[in-house]
Amino acid sequence: MMAYIIRRALYAIPILIGVNVLTFVLFFVVNSPDDMARMQLGEKRLTEEAIQGWKQERGYDKPLLWNSSEEGLEKVTDTIFFKKSIRLFLFDFGRSDSGRDISFDISQRMWPSLAIAIPGLIVGLLVNITFALLIAFFRGTYLDITGVVFCVILMSISGLFYIIGGQFLVGKLMNLVPISGYDTGLESIKFLVLPVLVGLVGGIGSGTRWYRTIFLEEIGKDYVRTARSKGLSERLVMFRHVLKNAMIPILTGVVVVLPMLFMGSLITESFFGIPGLGSYTLDAITSQDFAIVRSMVFLGSVLYIIGLLLTDISYTLVDPRVRLQ
Amino acid sequence: MPTLLWTDGLIFLLLFMVVMFVLHVRRHEHLLRPWRSVLRSRVAMASAVILSVYLVIGLLDSLHFHPKLDNPKAEQAQYSTKINSVFDVLVSHLLEQDEKTYSAPFAAYQYSKETIELSDGSTVRELPRLKFGGAHLTDPDSEKVSDIFNRTLVASTKALVVFIVMIGLITWRIAAKKSWPFSNVIKSILKGEMETPWKVIFITLGMSFWVLIIAWDLSHAYHIFGTDKVGQDVYYQAMKSIRTGLIIGTLTTLVMLPFAVLMGISAGYFRGWIDDVIQYIYTTLNSIPGVLLIAASILMLQVYMANHAEDFASLAARSDMRLLFLCIILGVTSWTGLCRLLRGETMKLREVDYIQAAQAFGVGHMTIILRHILPNVMHIILISVVIDFSGLVLAEAVLSYINIGVDPSMNSWGNMINSARMEMAREPVVWWALAASFIFMFVLVLAANLFSDAVRDAFDPRLREREE
Repeated sequence: MMAYIIRRALYAIPILIGVNVLTFVLFFVVNSPDDMARMQLGEKRLTEEAIQGWKQERGYDKPLLWNSSEEGLEKVTDTIFFKKSIRLFLFDFGRSDSGRDISFDISQRMWPSLAIAIPGLIVGLLVNITFALLIAFFRGTYLDITGVVFCVILMSISGLFYIIGGQFLVGKLMNLVPISGYDTGLESIKFLVLPVLVGLVGGIGSGTRWYRTIFLEEIGKDYVRTARSKGLSERLVMFRHVLKNAMIPILTGVVVVLPMLFMGSLITESFFGIPGLGSYTLDAITSQDFAIVRSMVFLGSVLYIIGLLLTDISYTLVDPRVRLQ
Repeated sequence: MPTLLWTDGLIFLLLFMVVMFVLHVRRHEHLLRPWRSVLRSRVAMASAVILSVYLVIGLLDSLHFHPKLDNPKAEQAQYSTKINSVFDVLVSHLLEQDEKTYSAPFAAYQYSKETIELSDGSTVRELPRLKFGGAHLTDPDSEKVSDIFNRTLVASTKALVVFIVMIGLITWRIAAKKSWPFSNVIKSILKGEMETPWKVIFITLGMSFWVLIIAWDLSHAYHIFGTDKVGQDVYYQAMKSIRTGLIIGTLTTLVMLPFAVLMGISAGYFRGWIDDVIQYIYTTLNSIPGVLLIAASILMLQVYMANHAEDFASLAARSDMRLLFLCIILGVTSWTGLCRLLRGETMKLREVDYIQAAQAFGVGHMTIILRHILPNVMHIILISVVIDFSGLVLAEAVLSYINIGVDPSMNSWGNMINSARMEMAREPVVWWALAASFIFMFVLVLAANLFSDAVRDAFDPRLREREE
């Protein structure tokens, strides 16, 4: 088990290097350090010295990938790519192009993101599973058909409309909660209710439908038939057998998204003005702050890989037949 | 002078491919069978009708040309640098009806008050009449409702005539093909005895025509979805957005399909280091958060376009390039799922007896892949293409909202939502742009979702058994 985890962790290294090279190339292929300096300094008349100074201060005054003026290994290591990327592997994100400490920003902004994502996930799971179980219980009846039709209808509405509609109805017309903003401590709850609610409504369609197929798959299995033929009531079959066994695919499906919860949601956070990592990323994109975007891409990739690893491990934990090789 | 934008060319290429595919399927009974169950499904056929209405509008909007300039002095015909589409010509009345600023749907008065100078020199602050919306009425307050009612009635009559002619033609075709008497065909259609659910098709078709003709008639006298901040007709914008949505939904898959199919099949078939490399590529791409990858690429494109402004003949060509690029980058972020599915399926297939036998006979790899593996994974490709469509249409709106979608100058539902979201805070609320984009998107995505469900059910027998 331990050996498997270590091997998988080592396998992540080439992937992270690939991610780094890709983002690096994407940003530098057209946006040269000179352009970045001009953009960040933002003054109309810039002297050449000012640009050089900015580049030197932030370590952008080296060649991109290959330093031909150096000797030996230095050819590779004394470049922007090496200097900027290798520190990411130690989770040292350095300073943003506007001079702020990225690691500190991330540690601060992580909490608002989690404050939305975790309740959203839990409430969403509970509601979706309840609905799906209900629909699966009444499978083949009109309730089932109506339920599925409703799911498809809900799925066909863009997430943006849920947010706009939610803000308008709950925030403006009913005046229950503030439309956007954030606060610390318990005060934050009134700001979090609406985003969580909107996320819940927006996800009901696809979630319920997905869990319904999982339940139906489980219902079609042999052990369910055995349980029924033993004379168990349908309710007992559903709750004691189907629900329990269906939790395996459901929970392993949830595990993969767990690490990504840290990243927050770009859209929700920017709409509701929540200072989480999602809006942090979005701000960095709009202000073209390369250091932040690269850090977030790296962080996202690491979390994604952790998610994959956790999924594999959780499979072995719930199903001993799966052997890790 | 006709002109071909990049996306136009590709969309017609795609159309050509679809037509060829249909012709191919029609000749082969075993390929036709799953499609029969799609053709029999009432929901699928109703959605197919709606989808084709969108498709026709989108295709008409993809036939672009440079309009001729009226210049009697010039010896040679001169052409404007502006690009119009056939669709623009059809709805030219909407283009010429610009107002000053916001106006509500069916309004005769402007949304905001203005200071108006009266003939005697004094000024009053009141809501001015619109230049076009309800301009033919002398007293809008009393006449408007009956006018709208009358126009709707006239339009409905027109729609009914069109509907009857159309039904007659189709029924006549069926009757001729089956060599049945005309009345028998009508009877069995009404009773729902035909294999294809013609009754549902006729009803959906009739409804679509009814809505289209009413909208067409009313839009000559009113702004049926109001006007936006600069007085442009919102209905026109929503209609123009259809093309953008369709292109994002279809071209993205067209772009990513060759990669996904090639890589997925070779990874599963050849195994070994090829498999490792391909797995490495898609895990790497997958582990970058999709939005960030799109954002980075679009930023890159923006910088490139700003530095190479002279490479683009016109604004339309530029925004078209951006649209195509968006399709490509969306394709890059979305091909991995299909690639993984194909890899798994190919790995299963290559152990199957007939492929082992083919290998033992010394059949080349290319032949095995093309003749044995590709046809057997075709249903996976098809299902994923159809299922992806609605997700991509929705994705466009979200991306345009965070300004990394299509060009801001291009008509798209995402841009409409983006520019309208601040208007919800106004008093009274400016809701019509949102409503228009909501309705247009919802109908398209719903139809696409229902259709893709039917296709999936037809092609994935495992799933069908489970549902029963």
